Amino acid sequence: MSMLKIGVLCSAVALCLFPAVCGAQGPNLGRALTPEEIRKADITVWPDGRGLPPGSGSVSAGAAVYARNCEVCHGAKGAGKPQDQLTGGVGTLASAKPVKTSASYWPAATTLFDYIRRAMPIASPQSLTNDEVYAVTAYLLSIDGIVPPDAVLDAKSLPRVKMPNKDGFVSWWPKPLR
Amino acid sequence: MKNSEKKDAAKMGKEPVPGKGLLGRRALLRGALLSAGAAAASVGIAQADDSIGANAPEWMKTPGRSFSPYGTPSKWQEKVQRTIANPPGRPGTGVSRTPLQRLEGTITPAGLHFERHHNGVPDIDPSQHELLIHGMVKRPLAFSTDVLARYPMETHIRFIECSGNSGGYNQAQPPQATSGELNGLLSGSEWTGVRLATLLNEAGVAPGAKWVIAEGADAAAMSRSIPLEKCMDDAMIALFQNGEAIRPEQGYPMRLLLPGFEGNMNVKWIRRLNVTDVPVDARDETSHYTELMPGGKARQFMFPMGAKSLILKPSFGMNLQGPGWYEISGLAWSGAGRIAKVEVSKDAGKTWELAALNAPVLPMALTRFRLPWDWKGQPSTLMSRATDETGDVQPSRADWVAQFVPGQGYHFNGIQAWGIEADGTVKNVYA
Repeated sequence: MSMLKIGVLCSAVALCLFPAVCGAQGPNLGRALTPEEIRKADITVWPDGRGLPPGSGSVSAGAAVYARNCEVCHGAKGAGKPQDQLTGGVGTLASAKPVKTSASYWPAATTLFDYIRRAMPIASPQSLTNDEVYAVTAYLLSIDGIVPPDAVLDAKSLPRVKMPNKDGFVSWWPKPLR
Repeated sequence: MKNSEKKDAAKMGKEPVPGKGLLGRRALLRGALLSAGAAAASVGIAQADDSIGANAPEWMKTPGRSFSPYGTPSKWQEKVQRTIANPPGRPGTGVSRTPLQRLEGTITPAGLHFERHHNGVPDIDPSQHELLIHGMVKRPLAFSTDVLARYPMETHIRFIECSGNSGGYNQAQPPQATSGELNGLLSGSEWTGVRLATLLNEAGVAPGAKWVIAEGADAAAMSRSIPLEKCMDDAMIALFQNGEAIRPEQGYPMRLLLPGFEGNMNVKWIRRLNVTDVPVDARDETSHYTELMPGGKARQFMFPMGAKSLILKPSFGMNLQGPGWYEISGLAWSGAGRIAKVEVSKDAGKTWELAALNAPVLPMALTRFRLPWDWKGQPSTLMSRATDETGDVQPSRADWVAQFVPGQGYHFNGIQAWGIEADGTVKNVYA
C-alpha cells in the first residue's frame, strides 16, 4: 500500500470517529446520475414554485378535466362523497365544527398541483398532462373564490395564489416531545 | 382384527377420518394385505394388547406431514389475522391492523405487520428499481438493489407506529373493540439495511441542506419531508425484515426506516431522496398527519411518536374465567428512546405498581411488560402508564384530548383503561 493510500485511509478514519453520527464508510458503488435522468425522475413541486413545469390551464378547461376524471369520486364541485371533500369549509377551522378541505386547510396551492399530478386520478395516476393539472387546480381553487373564474394558472401564477389557511400551521420540529 | 394387525396398523398410521371412524381407509387396506403374513409370524404367541398407542394421541401414532418450502402457521391459529379497513370501491387505500392481543413477545411476524397503503401494493421488479439521491449534493447517485446488497449493513429491532394509531380514542364514547382493532397500526420488527448517512456521505451533502424529500415508487408516489438531521443520524434504507427480504406490503425491495418517527414517514418502495433546504408541504404533511388545535391552528411536523403503553392481556374479547391468578401483560414503546418504566394500576389510577420489563429493553423498540395479578373477582379498572428514558410520561386520555379539536386522532398516546366487571367481562372504559 502506498503512503498516499495509507494517508487517505487514515484521514477517512479520522473523519469518521463517530460512525453512529456520520455513517459507515461506503464502498462508493453508486452510479452517477445524469442531469437528464434527474429531470425525468424529479416530480416534486415546492410552495415557491420550484419544480413547476411549462404549460398552463384555465378554470373553464379545468371544469371539463374535473368532470371527466374526478367527479365520480369527489362529487360535483369537489363537495365530496364518496371520497374526500375538496372544497368548502373555508373559515371553519376555528369553529366548533372545523371542515378540513383542500380549500380550507391546505397551506400551499402548489400542493394541489404536486399531489394531483403524482397521485390522481386514483385509477390512472400520472396520466394527466401538465396543462390538465394546471387547469383542474385552477377549477378547484375557483369554487371557493380563491382564484377568479377567469383565472389561468401556470408556473408563475400558481405559487402566487394565497391559500386561506396559508399561515395556519405551527412547525413542531425541532421540538421536544410533549 | 388380531393384535398384530392392530400393531401393524398403528405403525403405518391411523389416519383421522371424519365421524367416528377408528382407522383410515388406507391403513385398513394395507392392514388387510399384511394380515396373512403377520398372523403367521405371531402363531403361538398369545398376548394382551399392551401397546402404548392405546394411551397416545393420534398425532403420536401416525407420521406427520412432509416438509414445506415455506412454512405457514398452524391451522388452529387461523383466527390470528390482520383486520382490514378500507373505503368501499378503494381496495388499495386504507389499512390492515396487527392483531396485537393474539401475539406475544415483541416481534411481529412479517405477514401480520400492519399495512397502510395509499394506492395499493406495487409489484416492483428489483432489477428495474433504483434509489436516487439528488438535489443539494455534490454527486447525484443511483443505487440498485444489487449494489446496496454489497454495502455494510446494520440490524436493529425497531417499532413502526402509524401516526393515526389509536385514533378511535378521540371518540366521545369508548369504542368497544379489541386492542388490535384499536391499536394495531403498530408492529415491531428486526430490520436490516444500509445506514442512510453512508449513502448521503457518498453523494456529498451540500452546505445549507436541511431537509430530504423522500418518495416511494407506489401508485401514489407517496412523499414526505424528512429532517436531514434524522437522515444523518439513525435512518436506514432497509432491505430485510425479520431475516428475509422485506415483504411487498412493507416496501419491497427497499424502504426508508426512521426509528421512532411516525409510520407514514418510513416511506415504502423508496425510490428517490431529494436533498433540499425547505420542506415541501406534501399532501401527507399538510392535509394529513397534522393536528388541528382549538382556535384553528394546526401542528405540523410532529415526527417522533410519544411514550405509550397498552395492556393486551387481559383486553377486550378476552374475558376473565373466574377469580384467580392472571398475568397482566402488554407493550410499551417510545419514539424518543428506551422505555424506563411501566406502571400498572388495577384501581383506575388510584395506586400504581411497577411492572417487570422483559429484556432486552431497546431504544425505539417494543418492550413487553408483565405483572402477576390475583383477581379476587371484584370490579377493577386496569391501566398502564409508560415513562421513557427522556422522562416523557404517557398522559391521561383527558389531558391528551384537551389539546385538540374533537375528532383529531393523530399521535394519540393517552393512557388506556380496561374495565373488568365482576363476571370477568372486559370493556373499554375512559377512566
